[in-house]
Amino acid sequence: MANSDCIVLQGGNMAEAHPVGFQWVAEAKARGATVIHIDPRFTRTSAVADRHIPIRAGSDIVLLGALINHVITHDLWFHEYVIAYTNAATIVTEDFADTDDLDGLFSGFDPESGTYDSDTWEYAQAGGGEVEDAGGEKGEQSSTEGDHGPGDQLGSGGAPLENAQVERDETLQHPRTVFQLLRRHYSRYTPAMVQEMCGIDAETFAALAETITSSSGRDRTTMWGYATGWTQHTSGAQFIRAAAVLQLLLGNVGRPGGGIMALRGHASIQGSTDIPTLFNLLPGYLPMPVAGLHDTLADYLDVVSGPGQKGFWGNADAYTVSLLKAYFGEHASAENDWCFDHLPRLTGPHGTYQTMMEMLDGGVEGYFVVGQNPAVGSANSRAQRLALAQLKWLVVRDLSLIETATWWKDSPEVASGELRTEDIETEVFFLPAATHVEKAGSFTQTQRLLQWRHKALDAPGDCQSELDFYYHLGVRIRELLAGSADERDRPLLEMTWDYALDEHGDPEPESVLKEINGYEVVPASGEGGDRTAGEGPGEAGDEGGGSAGSEAREGVGRALSGYAELAADGSTACGCWIYSGVYAEETNQAARRTPHGGDGPAQAKWGWAWPADRRILYNRASADPDGRPWSERKKWVWWDEEAGRWTGSDVPDFPAELHPHHRPEPGTGGVDGLAGDDPFVMQSDGKGWLYAPKGLVDGPFPTHYEAAESPVRNALYTQQQNPTRMLYPRGYNLDAPSAGEAGVEVYPYVFTTYRLTEHHTAGGMSRWLPYLSELQPEMFCEVSPALAAERGLTHNDWATIVSPRAVIEARVMVTDRMRPLRVDGREVHQVGLPYHWGVGEEAIVTGDAANDLLGVSLDANTQIQESKVASCDVRPGRRPRGAAAEELVADYNRRAGVTPQTGNQRLTDPEQEGRG
Amino acid sequence: MTSSPQRHSTGDLLGHQLHGPTDPIRDVGWDGTHARKGFFTDTSICIGCKACEVACKEWNRNPRDGDLEITGWSYDNSQSLGASTWRHVAFVEQDREAIEAARESGRRLVSLGMPTVRDGGAGSEGGGATPSPDTPLPPTSPPDTPEFRWLMASDVCKHCTHAGCLDVCPTGALMRTEFGTVVVQDDVCNGCGTCVAGCPFGVVERRSDGTAAPTTRRGERKGEQPAVPKEGVAQKCTLCYDRLRDEETPACAKTCPTTSIRFGDHDELVTSARARVAELHAKGMTEARLYGANELDGVGGTGSVFLLLDEPEVYGLPPDPRVPTADLGVMFDRAGIAALGMIGAAVAAFVGARR
Repeated sequence: MANSDCIVLQGGNMAEAHPVGFQWVAEAKARGATVIHIDPRFTRTSAVADRHIPIRAGSDIVLLGALINHVITHDLWFHEYVIAYTNAATIVTEDFADTDDLDGLFSGFDPESGTYDSDTWEYAQAGGGEVEDAGGEKGEQSSTEGDHGPGDQLGSGGAPLENAQVERDETLQHPRTVFQLLRRHYSRYTPAMVQEMCGIDAETFAALAETITSSSGRDRTTMWGYATGWTQHTSGAQFIRAAAVLQLLLGNVGRPGGGIMALRGHASIQGSTDIPTLFNLLPGYLPMPVAGLHDTLADYLDVVSGPGQKGFWGNADAYTVSLLKAYFGEHASAENDWCFDHLPRLTGPHGTYQTMMEMLDGGVEGYFVVGQNPAVGSANSRAQRLALAQLKWLVVRDLSLIETATWWKDSPEVASGELRTEDIETEVFFLPAATHVEKAGSFTQTQRLLQWRHKALDAPGDCQSELDFYYHLGVRIRELLAGSADERDRPLLEMTWDYALDEHGDPEPESVLKEINGYEVVPASGEGGDRTAGEGPGEAGDEGGGSAGSEAREGVGRALSGYAELAADGSTACGCWIYSGVYAEETNQAARRTPHGGDGPAQAKWGWAWPADRRILYNRASADPDGRPWSERKKWVWWDEEAGRWTGSDVPDFPAELHPHHRPEPGTGGVDGLAGDDPFVMQSDGKGWLYAPKGLVDGPFPTHYEAAESPVRNALYTQQQNPTRMLYPRGYNLDAPSAGEAGVEVYPYVFTTYRLTEHHTAGGMSRWLPYLSELQPEMFCEVSPALAAERGLTHNDWATIVSPRAVIEARVMVTDRMRPLRVDGREVHQVGLPYHWGVGEEAIVTGDAANDLLGVSLDANTQIQESKVASCDVRPGRRPRGAAAEELVADYNRRAGVTPQTGNQRLTDPEQEGRG
Repeated sequence: MTSSPQRHSTGDLLGHQLHGPTDPIRDVGWDGTHARKGFFTDTSICIGCKACEVACKEWNRNPRDGDLEITGWSYDNSQSLGASTWRHVAFVEQDREAIEAARESGRRLVSLGMPTVRDGGAGSEGGGATPSPDTPLPPTSPPDTPEFRWLMASDVCKHCTHAGCLDVCPTGALMRTEFGTVVVQDDVCNGCGTCVAGCPFGVVERRSDGTAAPTTRRGERKGEQPAVPKEGVAQKCTLCYDRLRDEETPACAKTCPTTSIRFGDHDELVTSARARVAELHAKGMTEARLYGANELDGVGGTGSVFLLLDEPEVYGLPPDPRVPTADLGVMFDRAGIAALGMIGAAVAAFVGARR
């Protein structure tokens, strides 16, 4: 970030939510960069930005689309970069129909399931035919209630294509080139539309456009940074795609100071997707196999990497087999498909919200809650609490007795009598956890940098690290199952579970790191090792116990130097292919701490960045097609003709000796299929995608839809909301009417939820700490003076906020930082709600939870809830207590005519169905 | 602060200079091994994260303050420096009118020539180290006066050149350290509170039980904490004296993510602070000015120097801080004259009576 000339922070509040990372923005600014903050609220980020541009929450694609339009119309795009490095020149099949043709829908929509068949979005095949669809049956998985999650089947590589024998027109004149389709798609995203939908006037838009375009090109780079202000929408993935399209047009990807920075939240939230806690991913963004679709490893690999596709996903077989070898050791062999059948299969989206609803339906017996506080922190937290009461047992591992551990005695539902403690049958176990200073391990931060931290002190009492807890839990379960002949138990019994142990009998974190890194498999000397299912119960429990200290593990050989060493023949094991190299040369590379990262702009001697210690992804794009830096000022990696290899300030993200002018034989797949000007080595055609022929479930181009609840009409299309959004019409999950529907005036205001610097998400790590609690002691709502006047709200007094789901109260903060926006010919008021507080008895500070107000509407790509835009009413005074609170919400819903079907129509105009 | 202080003859009392420029370290007899240490708090890059407040309390083991109620003062819920809050971040929301007024007042400071001295010695100064007639004045109408701004500023003990608290302390509990900072010795302080009145900035406070009684607004207990240490004695920032002795950076500066709080040798900090003001002025931000860098002010300049973007009062800082003992010499002289006069009058009375 420090290398950037212009930083646009949009969909995030970096100074408040990422204050430590913000040092790099501060440094860029000190070096002369312009910082622009685009956000509904004037925040602490706006306070130190050069400019704050208020925007209506949820309208970001209109603004980004208008910038794309501006860049194309005024010929401000980076020609050489765009033609060589993106799919601008690629020709799309003539079956494709755009949203302008279908009034807000793309071709291939099925209104019954709410899904698209993306066949008509594909590239036209060179020679006239269309690209064969490798994973043809995808999208046909079994599902519940019309839920769908085709995106779940795709890892980070996005969708595979057959080899990229695409038709290209580098003059970009062909009407079906991606470039021409792009131009047409965004032609109605104009400054006037920005004024109408975002509330940003033409002058401000022009200034923004001028700043970013003059800060892009050979000599300068612009960067975008976003966070949950973009992800937490029903079109969240497309918000980010829109920025990607713009940045590719401006040539700001793969270059120092460019890119789109996903500002991740907690210390290792990036790590928690790399080695995922997500239901739909395996480590390294390999997709989780789907029942009926991935019956064999070969089926699975066909979907992960089309046989002819270009680039490094072509080696997915090596990544997957090595992962299975890491999981199942000597039990995994070519004969048994490397134990591929031991992996669980998805039968639908099993995200946190679907699980919660399943609980309410009585379908979930037990629940582990680790590192989260859903009774306060998840959308529709009221439903979350009611769902917990349907469990047989609940395990909460946390630092404090958070609300998710105590809801059965002190939740608002217990206070109102809706739940009675004596009637709740859920058995709740609270297990105290060790803090980050009480355990060693790595954090992976937003730059993909792994930083090792050492243990500072022992955890008090019974507090245990996650690693120790799960290791010992696994040991105990395997003890219980030892000797079992049940097929179901085989995966657990055949799993490798023999990390080196320390003097307390706890696993050594570095032993896990080596497994993640990958190692050469040493063939077992005798038979089978000591982990087979047939052994006696006593012995299973002893495993590893005798080898205190860091003794070499059975079958574990040399640490691999990187993922290029991975093989599909069972000779290597690797817990997460993108992390391979973090333990190269048997050394913990994540623990490197040379001050300032040593010499050089990449700061390469601090920590370790995946993949392969590259600090900037796709950095081949930092050089021109001939391999020369675009400019002296922005040079990063380049081709050294004399040495015959790529070199520079960073580890080249490209085959080291691939000449920039190399062109492969047509039809070559995998890494060998990459041309010397294919910088996007993880994309199946080696190009940056202005148009996504596959991989996104809601369209190949980002398109503006209103939020699931919005008092504003979509001015671009008849289609009001994202037609693929995931709907959950339930009595406890009602939606407010949107613009154009009866009753919209009952919930006239938009509210948006967010964090404050002083607190940690749902408060588990801050509301129990006096030094943090005193800094923001009470729940409040932020409103503009105009809204305060309209509703009679008094600064520092109380307000009651009502949504179709719940009612809460908050202290009122009247501030000019909230500004009503002139949108669609009228004033739109936005209410700001931090979501840190919860009702309970244990925390130092408590308060109503903003998440009670939110409903569950999800982005179909990501299963992420829309928590940045929803509808509410605000009134002065405190909320009613007890049953009266529920009656107030019911009264609002009666007045608005809300039923479970409200807001849950996929198509705004049912007439559209035939056309889709 | 100049490195070779000129002594003001009028300020000397019993060899102890009471106001004006001086070297506070040698003044009290330290050998000058250490340079004077201080802070430069550049409020123009503060992001209001309050990490300084938290790091300070963590390191110094200060108790939680206050009654855990929202104040309504923007995002400021700790309100002021006190016995347990030794760093405090102020939040000030301003509209266009206030911004223009701040720019105008800054511009006046600049055009007065630098450094400026208002009547009686101003706390703020306009900028650059060497006033030069060649320095072009910043443009009169900067292009982008924003509609709104949100000022954030981390306040701290000033560690004055002439420290009122130290000068009035009857027990010697307050001392001048070898780093030129002012520190309370807890075990000497008898809690008389004279220093509280002696501080022109309102920084020093006696610690009560460290927290008000739990709030009664909701009738609930809130945030019980263990017994408060050092109850009844005067407390304030030590500039992390313990850390300085171990050659460590004070906790607040160490934790500040944007280097808004910088720690170092006082003279170097003042030089870079002046350069920063000049840089902001060059961008048209005439509202930038230094606070505490003027050694001719009422406290002889401060060890903690601030870059402000408005008048000091806006941040809750006194515009013309003045050490209460500044006039001690004059008062002493006048008291002497008065005494002589009274003696003279008495003598005259006796002499007259004999007549």
